[in-house]
Amino acid sequence: MGGMQSQAQYVLRTVEERGVRFVQLWFTDVLGRHKAFHVTPAELEDALDQGMTFDGSAIDGFSRTQESDVLARPDLTTFQLLPWYEEGAGVARVFCDINNIDGSPFEGCPRQQLRHVLDDAHRQGYNFFVAPEIEYFYFEDLDPARPPRPIDHGSFFDLLPDDVGSQLRRHTVLTLEEMGIGVEHAQHEDAPGQHEIDLRYTDALTMADTVMSVRHVVKELARQYGVSASFMPKPLAHVPGSGMHTHLSLWRDDHNAFIGDGRYGLSDIAMKFIAGLVHHAPEITAVTNQWVNSYKRLVPGDEAPVGAGWARYDANALVRVPSVKPGRIDSTRIEYRSPDTAANPYLAFAVILAAGLRGVAGDYELPGEGERTAPLPESLAQALELMEDSKLLHETLGAHLVEWFLRNKRAEWDDYRVQVTAFELERYLPLL
Amino acid sequence: MSIDVVLCVPSCDGPIRKAFEVTGVTPAVASTGRLNEVAALEPADGFSGAVINASAFPFTEAMNLCRQLRARERGAGPIILLVDHYQLDDLTFREDLFDDFVVGPFDVSELATRLRHRLRRAGNETVAPRIEHGGLSMNLETYQASISGRVMDLTYMEYELLRFLATNPNRVFTRETLLSRVWGYEYYGGARTVDVHVRRLRAKLGEENANLIQTVRSVGYKFGTNAERVSD
Repeated sequence: MGGMQSQAQYVLRTVEERGVRFVQLWFTDVLGRHKAFHVTPAELEDALDQGMTFDGSAIDGFSRTQESDVLARPDLTTFQLLPWYEEGAGVARVFCDINNIDGSPFEGCPRQQLRHVLDDAHRQGYNFFVAPEIEYFYFEDLDPARPPRPIDHGSFFDLLPDDVGSQLRRHTVLTLEEMGIGVEHAQHEDAPGQHEIDLRYTDALTMADTVMSVRHVVKELARQYGVSASFMPKPLAHVPGSGMHTHLSLWRDDHNAFIGDGRYGLSDIAMKFIAGLVHHAPEITAVTNQWVNSYKRLVPGDEAPVGAGWARYDANALVRVPSVKPGRIDSTRIEYRSPDTAANPYLAFAVILAAGLRGVAGDYELPGEGERTAPLPESLAQALELMEDSKLLHETLGAHLVEWFLRNKRAEWDDYRVQVTAFELERYLPLL
Repeated sequence: MSIDVVLCVPSCDGPIRKAFEVTGVTPAVASTGRLNEVAALEPADGFSGAVINASAFPFTEAMNLCRQLRARERGAGPIILLVDHYQLDDLTFREDLFDDFVVGPFDVSELATRLRHRLRRAGNETVAPRIEHGGLSMNLETYQASISGRVMDLTYMEYELLRFLATNPNRVFTRETLLSRVWGYEYYGGARTVDVHVRRLRAKLGEENANLIQTVRSVGYKFGTNAERVSD
């Protein structure tokens, strides 16, 4: 049964039986960047037993100023062989939580921040399920010196057969399925080279891990095909960017708490949850859209939200209420459409849940359908201002994380602010 | 009457040599756990057994040798493992790799008795407990599962869920029962977690075997190959 001891034995035994040569201990920094230690089977037992100590300051986003050691503790339930390595020279991964040396959760660990928020919800009787739609581009390469070239874009240098993107996407979906990641469907998106993988719902912690895995698998398989994948929110001007529309549902006593006899089959809880999301959307946007580039996607006309509000069908709405197929009432859910795939999924799911639950706990009133209650921030700078004043974010993420995030992101904005862009040169140099 | 030749790794002296003498079997001494060295010593009609002194060479090497001997088509007869007291914990969950063990310091008559006993019983080969169902095969000692001959990469909970269902075929379990019997502790997703894991297992079983786990509408799940209405 679920004891730590038998889980550890299962992992160690599988490593032996399957000839695993390396185990990657995966974790993420505050910005959601994927990090890993590689340990050999000989070191694994110690790593499982005691965790791996490392200098937190060595990793961006982890206590840079404090210079203190932290401990990566593998979460054994996430042990999984990576299917693209050869049999007999296997590589497995396991996600880690980051703790302080005394064993307490490290406050800069996004995975445990999410766990903390989920525990809070659990105490109120709620389980939170999410199903994101992951959009991204396949490019010929990621050379920052020129605009990226989508692989299925007819061009002078088109060396690849037209459908390599589709082959690659199919291969990716099969690999994800082998790893136990359920894919609802996958499709080519509007823009050239753009693809979308819609994941089947899981609890939010598993899904945040899954988003990290999906990003890794997509990039790894693209590399094997000699192309590159990017989750940059808006890599090409004038074509839609890559979002991560996220379907949300709340369960209580194993019943979907969003089902009710209100409008569109929604419950009172669902409406208050939507109200919470709409109300707090501007202040959580810094987390769901954390890069300078994220705000180039949130512009009018690209089916991306620019204001807080909700609707049933409007493709520009921030919150949508998807229609439910007859007989599938359990799939009653809402869709939050501003996040992009380059967000830190742990923090994004944490703040989305916290915002919705505020609405439930505070009996927020649902604004009218289609009503725009506030603009979303138009730039990272605006988003950071809203974040700084947000009680919700300080309470949800903790002061340590919010302060670090603000400091890091303000530095990014300052770097951006002093650039002279191609736009300015083209427009002003001949003229002024 | 053929002479019993028993593999002895990595050396055969002191009480071990004495035990062989007392028992009247011939040791074939390999100084390492390398399979080619071992194979070179093997008589035409094979080894009658093996005495592997895991306290005298690297433990992992000893375990690997046991595993390789077990994996051979021809086998190597019963395997007796000699270990130090501190190595006992390391034997947990490796019970399938040996037939008997002796803890050092080694006593000649104990060693000889076990050797004789095991050699006599050889022939009644012990087989690892397995579950076979349709294309599914689970080895409960090595924790490995395969479907249509393809090894499945399972997480611990996926393995436990599959094992539980497969050991109770054609019985319907509610999500709540599965959660308490398989997980045995509070889990984030509540009973929906079971659905998520069933989906993941079906994905890993592959499309052609996905119906090994059947959804019983508004009740739960059951494991079985008899064709019935499958939904979800």
